[in-house]
Amino acid sequence: MTHYLLSVHGVEGEVRDPMTDEERQQSHRQLGILEQEMKSAGAWVFSGRLHQPGTATVVRIADGEVVTTDGPFVESKEHLGGFYVIQAEDLDAALAWASRVTGAIRAPIEVRPFAGFEA
Amino acid sequence: MLDGDAEARVDGAAVGRIFREESGRSLAALIRLVGDIDLAEDAVQEAFAVALRRWPADGLPPNPGGWITTTARNHAIDRLRRESRGRQLLGDVAVLAPGNDDPGMPGGVGPVQDDRLRLIFTCCHPALSTEAQVALTLRLLGGLSTAQVARSFLVAEPAMARRLVRAKHKIKAARIPYRVPDAHELPDRLRPVLAVVYLTYNAGLTGPAEPDLCAEAIRLARVLATLMPDEPEVAGLLALLLLTESRRASRTGPDGSLVLLADQDRTRWDRALIEEGQAIVRRCLRRNQPGSYQLQAAINAVHADAATAGQTDWPQIVALYDHLLAVAPTPVVALNRAIAIGEVHGPAAALALVDALELDHYHPFHATRADLLGRLGRDREAAAAYQRAAAMAPTDAERDFLSRGGRAPR
Repeated sequence: MTHYLLSVHGVEGEVRDPMTDEERQQSHRQLGILEQEMKSAGAWVFSGRLHQPGTATVVRIADGEVVTTDGPFVESKEHLGGFYVIQAEDLDAALAWASRVTGAIRAPIEVRPFAGFEA
Repeated sequence: MLDGDAEARVDGAAVGRIFREESGRSLAALIRLVGDIDLAEDAVQEAFAVALRRWPADGLPPNPGGWITTTARNHAIDRLRRESRGRQLLGDVAVLAPGNDDPGMPGGVGPVQDDRLRLIFTCCHPALSTEAQVALTLRLLGGLSTAQVARSFLVAEPAMARRLVRAKHKIKAARIPYRVPDAHELPDRLRPVLAVVYLTYNAGLTGPAEPDLCAEAIRLARVLATLMPDEPEVAGLLALLLLTESRRASRTGPDGSLVLLADQDRTRWDRALIEEGQAIVRRCLRRNQPGSYQLQAAINAVHADAATAGQTDWPQIVALYDHLLAVAPTPVVALNRAIAIGEVHGPAAALALVDALELDHYHPFHATRADLLGRLGRDREAAAAYQRAAAMAPTDAERDFLSRGGRAPR
């Protein structure tokens, strides 16, 4: 089994696909069902949704001292919005889950293997 | 292929040829056995070194392909034994290594053959870039060296080596599977496989002559057609390549200049390739599951039927292009359809269709416009279009041809 990060990237300040309230509810329902399926298939490890990047804080060491600054770390328009960590037999199995997630949220998903989780 | 004469003298070049021919199959089997592309490649390379030492002295083994696989497997097992990380793999190798790769077995049967199919689906996985797919396929299934792959795509060798390393690393890290896709996935997964073979052929048609990518593409298409006899598009691709190949020699004049289809010496077309290609097209027609490769093959089969350019059945070609445009609605197909319509309804009808296309970056678009404008007597516009086409042409032969206004040198 390999662990994969399925990540959802949003563009800051841009409503990626204006959904109606009804569509949003349907999307949430689909995600709920999908997460249950992931859990019963033993694929789900962890998942979460993040607040806007403006809520981020960065901590670093400078001249031996801890410096805390207002985030985000990368000055970019695109930010991680949410993610799943899943385990799957191979990339095809991971891509199959990712296709279902992207179908539910209507945004592209990046699928990336974790290093050092292999059995 | 091999004449089976064990007494025949085997020199280094002959060993190299046999390895080119057999390494794809051996490598594919080894990858399944050891589960690691790099280790499998090293092992086949080791077997090559042993063959170079032994074969010239001892003569060819009865089944060179089986010998390569067995020798490579033994090297891989030795190496796994020496490395601690390999010991746990080793148990699997022993389990997975029954006698079906033994030299006594005739080549091309059973699971060994399926390994090449697994390998091509791994090499052409949609998670890899097209460039990586082509490079991996030629390197791993075609047995081309990294230098040869680099040369055929006009890429510097270190850059090609990096591309291959990166792709192999992705296969390993992301666990791109080593298996033939299920029936329901096959249509999607077959598309890049066929595209890679087609791209390889076209690179051979316009690129450097060494290595012969056209022959390599046809070899791959034959392997695929043998391994997937029920896929009409696989057969269609093979037929398309065979029919195109039948005209390759007459595509260029003695001085290397380009000769248009209408001006080719049709007695130089390869009849054996045409017959083989047309027989496949007829089988496809009977099967009646048309796809874009089959339709392109059918168009080429119609051309091959005409003893002279004037006898070409253009209405039939237009009908096939109508069908092709419905299956593959791309501007390039529309351009070719317009050319066929020009032969039936005249250059004005064709030009009206061509001018509606957005293909400004595509040099055949300008060459086609130039030809149609010339036939309509609009010489100044034709000359300008020829200049635009010539400026964009990828090869010297095409550039010379176009800058002469589409005429053969006098």
